[in-house]
Amino acid sequence: MDKQNNKKPVGRREFLRWAGKAGISIAAASTVSYLLYDATGPQPHRPADDLVTLPDFSVKQQPGRTMSIVKGSDRVKTVDKAIELLGGIERFVKPGETVAIKPNVAFASPPMLGATANPQLVAEVVRLCYGRARAKKVIVTDNPINDPASCFTLSGIGKAAEANGAKVILPKPHLFKHTTLKGGRLIKDWPVFYEPLAKADKLIGIAPVKDHHRSGASMSMKNWYGLLGGRRNIFHQDINTIIAELAMMVKPALVILDGTEVMITNGPTGGSASDLRRTNTLIASTDMVAADCCGCGLLNLRVSDLPYLAKAASAGAGTTDYESLKPKFATIS
Amino acid sequence: MKIVTARRISQIFFFLLFVWFCIASTVGGKIWQIRGWPVNWFLQLDPLVAIGTILTTHTLYAPLIWALVTVILTIIFGRFFCSWVCPFGSLHHFAGFLGNRSKPTPKKIQLNKYRKAQCIKYLVLIVFLTMAAFPSIGASLQTGLLDPISLISRSFNLLLLPVLDSSVNFVSATPRFYEGAWLIFAVFLSAVLLNLVIPRFYCRLICPLGALFGILGRFAVWRIGKNQSLCSDCKLCERNCEGGCEPAGNIKISECVLCFNCLDDCGDDVISYQTGPSLAGEITGPDISRRGFVLSLIGGIFAVPAVRLSGKLSRNWHHKVIRPPGALAEEEFLKRCIKCGQCMRICPTNVIQPAGFEAGLENLWTPVLNNRIGSSGCQLNCVACGQVCPTSAIRPITLDEKRGIGKFADAGPIKLGTAFIDRNRCLPWSFGLPCIVCEENCPVSPKAIYTREYFNTIRGGVMTVRKAQGKTVETVENTMEADKFATGDYYCVFAGEKPVKIAANSENSIEISENFAKKPAEGDKIAIQVRLQRPYIDIEKCIGCGICEHECPVSGRKAIRVSAEGETRSADRILLLKT
Repeated sequence: MDKQNNKKPVGRREFLRWAGKAGISIAAASTVSYLLYDATGPQPHRPADDLVTLPDFSVKQQPGRTMSIVKGSDRVKTVDKAIELLGGIERFVKPGETVAIKPNVAFASPPMLGATANPQLVAEVVRLCYGRARAKKVIVTDNPINDPASCFTLSGIGKAAEANGAKVILPKPHLFKHTTLKGGRLIKDWPVFYEPLAKADKLIGIAPVKDHHRSGASMSMKNWYGLLGGRRNIFHQDINTIIAELAMMVKPALVILDGTEVMITNGPTGGSASDLRRTNTLIASTDMVAADCCGCGLLNLRVSDLPYLAKAASAGAGTTDYESLKPKFATIS
Repeated sequence: MKIVTARRISQIFFFLLFVWFCIASTVGGKIWQIRGWPVNWFLQLDPLVAIGTILTTHTLYAPLIWALVTVILTIIFGRFFCSWVCPFGSLHHFAGFLGNRSKPTPKKIQLNKYRKAQCIKYLVLIVFLTMAAFPSIGASLQTGLLDPISLISRSFNLLLLPVLDSSVNFVSATPRFYEGAWLIFAVFLSAVLLNLVIPRFYCRLICPLGALFGILGRFAVWRIGKNQSLCSDCKLCERNCEGGCEPAGNIKISECVLCFNCLDDCGDDVISYQTGPSLAGEITGPDISRRGFVLSLIGGIFAVPAVRLSGKLSRNWHHKVIRPPGALAEEEFLKRCIKCGQCMRICPTNVIQPAGFEAGLENLWTPVLNNRIGSSGCQLNCVACGQVCPTSAIRPITLDEKRGIGKFADAGPIKLGTAFIDRNRCLPWSFGLPCIVCEENCPVSPKAIYTREYFNTIRGGVMTVRKAQGKTVETVENTMEADKFATGDYYCVFAGEKPVKIAANSENSIEISENFAKKPAEGDKIAIQVRLQRPYIDIEKCIGCGICEHECPVSGRKAIRVSAEGETRSADRILLLKT
C-alpha cells in the first residue's frame, strides 16, 4: 500500500493505452464476426463439390485378346496361362506403375472354404506384377463385410500379399470419398474406397465364383461391392441395378474370375467344404460382363438367370455374348 | 438516482423481459403469444453461444451477431452483463440477498471474499471451448449444459412455467410434460440454493459465460477501483460485493460483476468507476494456474472422443433420437444445439422433449420427439421449432420444404423416421379386433398407412345350423351374446361363399343382411367371422410424424412406433433405397 501512496490519478497516456487495447479487441471481434458472418444459415445437404470419380484403369482393347479360359486345378499355372493368352502381364501393367489388386476378401473365413479369393492366386498375380511387369508397387485392398483385419488374416490373403511384397490397405474412414456415377440411379453422393485406387495406375479384380442368394451369383462384377462404403447393404433392395452400376463405375485393366472351385450353394459365405464343387476353370478378361457370363455356367446358371448381366451389357460395360469375343482356351494338365 | 438503483431497475427490467419472452414463446397470434416477440434475444446476446458455434461451425449464424454488441460493451465497460442484464445472475443476486441479508457485516465480508475456487469457471470455459474447437476429433458444443442463459431458459420454460401453468392452464390449454425435467430442476435448484453457502455461487465459481466476460473485460476502459490509495480500510466495500473481487485491496477486475455495491457502500467516496487502475492495485487477468489450464485443455481434447466411444454418433446410434423437422444431420446438429429448450417450449403439441442419458451423454437435453407425450405427434402443418431455434441446429424450414411440395417436390417431404407396426400388439393383427386408428390419423395424402381386408373366424365361431328360414339362421348352439355381432363388423360364412354381414343376433339365431348364395340345411356348419382391416405401412410415404404412434390405443407400449430409421436429415440412417 505504501508504495502506491504517491501514485497520481491515471494520466492521459495510460488511458489511451487502455483505450487502444480495448479498441484493438473490439476491432478484432468485429472483424471475426464480419468474416464468419453467415446470413443464410446451414443448408440441409452436403455440398457436392468434393465428389470424386474413380480413374479409368482399362487398357486398349485387342481383338481376340479380350478373354481367356484355362482349365486346370493349379491356380498358379492357370492364371499364368490365362494372362499369357491375353498378351502377358506386360500388356496390363507397365514398368514403374502402381497396381491395385482388389480380391474378394469379404469374409473372415479360411481359404479352403472358398468364400474369399484364393491366396495363392492373389500371390501369383502380385508376383507377376513385380516380376515380368516390373511394377513399382502393388497394393491389395478391399472393404470387407466382416472385420477387415480378420478377413485379411483368416483368408490368408494378407499374408500372401505381404510375403510377395505387396502392401495391404485396410479400409480406414479417411480413405473413402463420395462419388456420383454419371448416368447411375443408385450411386449418388456415395462413399467409395477411393484413396488407394486414386494412387494406382492399374486395377485388377480377383474374384471367386460363388452362389449368392440375393443376386444369384457373386463373381467379378459383384466383387466391386467391396469398393463401396457407408450403409451399402441398402443396395440389396435393388441388387441387379447396383451390380450393373458397379460395372459402370469401375473400369479395371483386368479381371480374374476363379472357377477352380466354385461355391455351388450356401453362398456367399459358404462355411463347409461340401458347399464347394471343383470345376477347374479360370477366366481372365478385360470384359467383366463376358467373364461373369462365362462364370455363371459353372454354377449351372444361364445368363438370363442373372438380370444384372444384361443390365451391365446394355449400360456398355461389356458383352453377354462372350463367345463372340472368341475367347482363347487352354488346358493345363 | 443512485447507480445501484439504476442497476436494480435494469435487473428487474431484463428479468421481467426474460420471463415475458418465456411466456410469449407460445404459438398463437395473441399479444402475449409469439407473434414477433424476439424470444431468442437473450440467447442471441450471449457471446458464449456465438463463440461456441463459431468454433464448431466456423461461421457466425446471422442472428447471433447480437453477441458482438455484448462483447463490445464488455470490452469497454467490463462484466456489465452479469449484474445488469443476465436473468440468471439477477436470480442469484436476489437469492443471495434473501439468504444473507440478516447476517452481520463481518460475516458478509467473509462470505464475499475472493476465493481461489473462483478459477473453476475459467476451467469450465476452457473445457467447453476445447470440446468445440477440434473438428478433426469431433467437435461437440456442450456449452449449453452450463451456459446461464441456456440453463435459465431451459429451467423456466421446461420446469417453472409448466408447473405454474398446470393449475390455471393459461399458457397451454393442455398440461405440458417434459421428460426428465427432474434433472433440469435439480441443477436449477442446486444453483439457486448454493447462494446460501456462497452468494452468487454459480456466477463466481461455475458460470462459463461469466468466465468469458472476465477474459473479455480485462482491458475494460472503465473499471471499479479506488481513486485514492489511502482509505480507512473499513472493508465495507466488500460487504455486499457480488463478484467477490475484493475492491478494498488488489481488485480482481475479471471477477468484478459491476454491481456497484462497493461504490454505494463506501462512506468515504474512495471507490469510483474510473478509467484507470485502482490506486490500491488491481489484477486484470483471470487467476488460472498453468496446471489448471493445461489439464482442462487436455480434458477438453479427450472429452469428445471419450464420450463418442459409446458409438452414439456411429453405428450404435439410438433409434429413439428422432429429431424435429429441419434438424441438421446428427454431427452438424451437435455442433449447434445449445440445449436451450426453445424448440421444446414452442412446440404446440409438446412432442419435442429433452433427451435423457439413454441417447448418449452428448445428447443430454437436446430435442427428441416422444410421440407418447404431447397432444398429437409432429403436426404436419407446423414448423415452429425451426423458427425459434437460435442457432439453426433446427433449420428454419418452410411448410413447403417440410411437406416436399412446391419447389421442394423433387426433394420430397422431410422424414423424421419411419413407423413400424408391432403385429404382436396391434389389435387387428394380434387379437382379431377392428381398430385402424393409426390409418385414420395418418395425415399424409395418399396415406402412408393402408389396410388389407381380412376375414377371421372368431373363437368358437363355428356353429351348427338348426333351421334356416329367409335371412334368419337358427343354430344348435345357444352361446351367442345377444346383438354382439350386430355391430357391422361381423359376417357369417357358409359353404366357403362370400361372407354375408350379420344384421342382428340372439343367443341362438343370426339374422343376415342378405341371403346366402346357397341355403344352409339342418346340420350344416356356418362360421361367424370378424372383418378386419389390418394396417400396413407404405415406407415410401411414411414421414415419421408419429401421430399414428400417439393415437394408437395400445397405450402402454404402442403397437405402432416411430423410430429414426429413414430420417432424411442423415445419409447414413436411410432405410429406403432412393432412386
